[in-house]
Amino acid sequence: MTSSGGLPRWIYVPAALGAAFVVLPLVAMAARVDWSRFWSLITSDSSTTALELSVKTAAASTALCVVFGVPMAMTLARSHSRVIRWVRPLILLPLVLPPVVGGIALLYAFGRLGLLGRYLDAAGIQIAFSTTAVVLAQTFVSLPFLVIALEGAARTVGADFEVVAATLGARPTAVWWRVTVPLLAPGLASGAVLAFARALGEFGATLTFAGSREGVTRTLPLEIYLQREVDADAAVALSVLLVAVAAVVVIGLGSRRIKVGGAGGWQ
Amino acid sequence: MSDVELRALVAGRGLDVDLAVAPGEVLAILGPNGAGKSTAMHVVAGLVRPDEGLVRVGDRILTDSSSGVHIATSERRVGLLMQDPLLFPHLSVAANVAFGARSGKRLGRKESREVAAHWLAEVEASDLADRKPRRLSGGQAQRVALARALAADPEVLLLDEPLTGLDVGVAAAMRAVLRRVLVRDGRSSVLVTHDLLDVVTLADRVVVLEAGRVVESGPTATVLATPRSAFGARFAGINLVSGLLGDGPTLVADGHRVWHGSLDADLPPDGSTGVAVVATFHPSSVAVYRDEPHGSPRNTVEVVIAELDGRGPSIRVRAERQFDGSPGLAADITAESATDLRLGPGQRVFFSVKSREVSIHRAR
Repeated sequence: MTSSGGLPRWIYVPAALGAAFVVLPLVAMAARVDWSRFWSLITSDSSTTALELSVKTAAASTALCVVFGVPMAMTLARSHSRVIRWVRPLILLPLVLPPVVGGIALLYAFGRLGLLGRYLDAAGIQIAFSTTAVVLAQTFVSLPFLVIALEGAARTVGADFEVVAATLGARPTAVWWRVTVPLLAPGLASGAVLAFARALGEFGATLTFAGSREGVTRTLPLEIYLQREVDADAAVALSVLLVAVAAVVVIGLGSRRIKVGGAGGWQ
Repeated sequence: MSDVELRALVAGRGLDVDLAVAPGEVLAILGPNGAGKSTAMHVVAGLVRPDEGLVRVGDRILTDSSSGVHIATSERRVGLLMQDPLLFPHLSVAANVAFGARSGKRLGRKESREVAAHWLAEVEASDLADRKPRRLSGGQAQRVALARALAADPEVLLLDEPLTGLDVGVAAAMRAVLRRVLVRDGRSSVLVTHDLLDVVTLADRVVVLEAGRVVESGPTATVLATPRSAFGARFAGINLVSGLLGDGPTLVADGHRVWHGSLDADLPPDGSTGVAVVATFHPSSVAVYRDEPHGSPRNTVEVVIAELDGRGPSIRVRAERQFDGSPGLAADITAESATDLRLGPGQRVFFSVKSREVSIHRAR
């Protein structure tokens, strides 16, 4: 009872059910769209403002994720220190943390009365409920995605290439830029796409930490939630728009990369 | 040309060795898996820091536990070629080799490209320059990896089983390239290998490691012919005859004794008459006669028996030293034939071996 793929045939039943479960809601949403008003709904001032803000903040938080996430992932992948092993679950905690909780945590760290925020406030820097807060909230939730994707890729590549580069006389910084980073490029691409997609959809932490100020902190997911209260058609149209943006990013930049990932990207 | 001194105690891996490589010498390290061969190499390369020890290359101290010196791997000028060529997959072949020149010799872009072209030509891989590593065969990749290591101009080259996993013919070609770049340039090297041919054709001296200790060391021919260690015995008893390449697939020993055999791939079929070669054959392929045998395509040599040695089901007949002082030839025969022939030390007999059992290699 095996197919040519070597899998038992009954496996395809739950697989198909699962796939239907993922696709069906998307189809249902697309079916519910009022296509005659679609264009006017998604090009309204509030919609375009929210979309623009979403794309800008998601891009900024993805950049932050790359700048901090790559060194974090490499440290996790290469270090054998006990401290690092203890720190690792803490760093990956936002993966499983409810975003609302993340938002509250951010508020108590960077808010006006927060642990660090009170000093920033004294220095005249206010982060909470600003566009910066949106970027921080998105970075907070998406950084672990990039780190975990990249750490896996780094472990797959292994440290042998760096060892060889060192025996050839390349100093650590040269090895980093000329060997480590290029070898991680496929993993980095998939990690960045995941982080971008996660940032684009961020809702809970953003609402808690940054609020919902039009043009400042009201990103597309927030706009959708708000519109749902007053105009369900607008909410659906914007949802489809969000799906489209995410799909363009994932398919255009990275679906192949996500599939192959890591060192396999070079083979 | 720099000599190398290595003393290392690595408790975690049970390694305690004391080795030396003379300037321009190729030292082969033999030993079973887990004997500490690679660890010893890694101490020289600075990848493993010994609990106690000293690594000296020429007049540079690279590691000295007593004074706390431990030079970074990138500053050691110690090249490392492993079983996995580890070519950088994102760079072309030429860029891989240029990486060595740029990093090791701190050359500029243009000069490192020229150095890369030179070494690619040396390993006969110029035509592969524009390829990506994933489009190379195993043997091609290993040749390019060698070019990259040499382009960095290391004072010592560490070769950690670089021929393991290659097809026989490919390995022979690679061995020929190694011979050329190691022997010609007199680059001090350490070679870890499991292959007798590597030892015979590349190594000046052999060290046998067992359980982290040096159990035997000496000139290649001596260690191979009269091994004193358990592992050395695995290479044991291989008969070695040194001489010059004659016309056709022959070795001429002592100016007149002709040995017929088959030529190794690293010897071109013609044009190398007169180069130093060794013939190898196994004692079990040697037949022993009291009278000179006639009319068969065999190599026959008259010898005086030095000793008889029973090992398991067979008797090893060891002849007296060869004309050049190297260990005497050996034959493994059954106890029955030894009795029939009434062999004993001091007796003159004829050793005979079929030419197809004899292989001729370029000598070290």
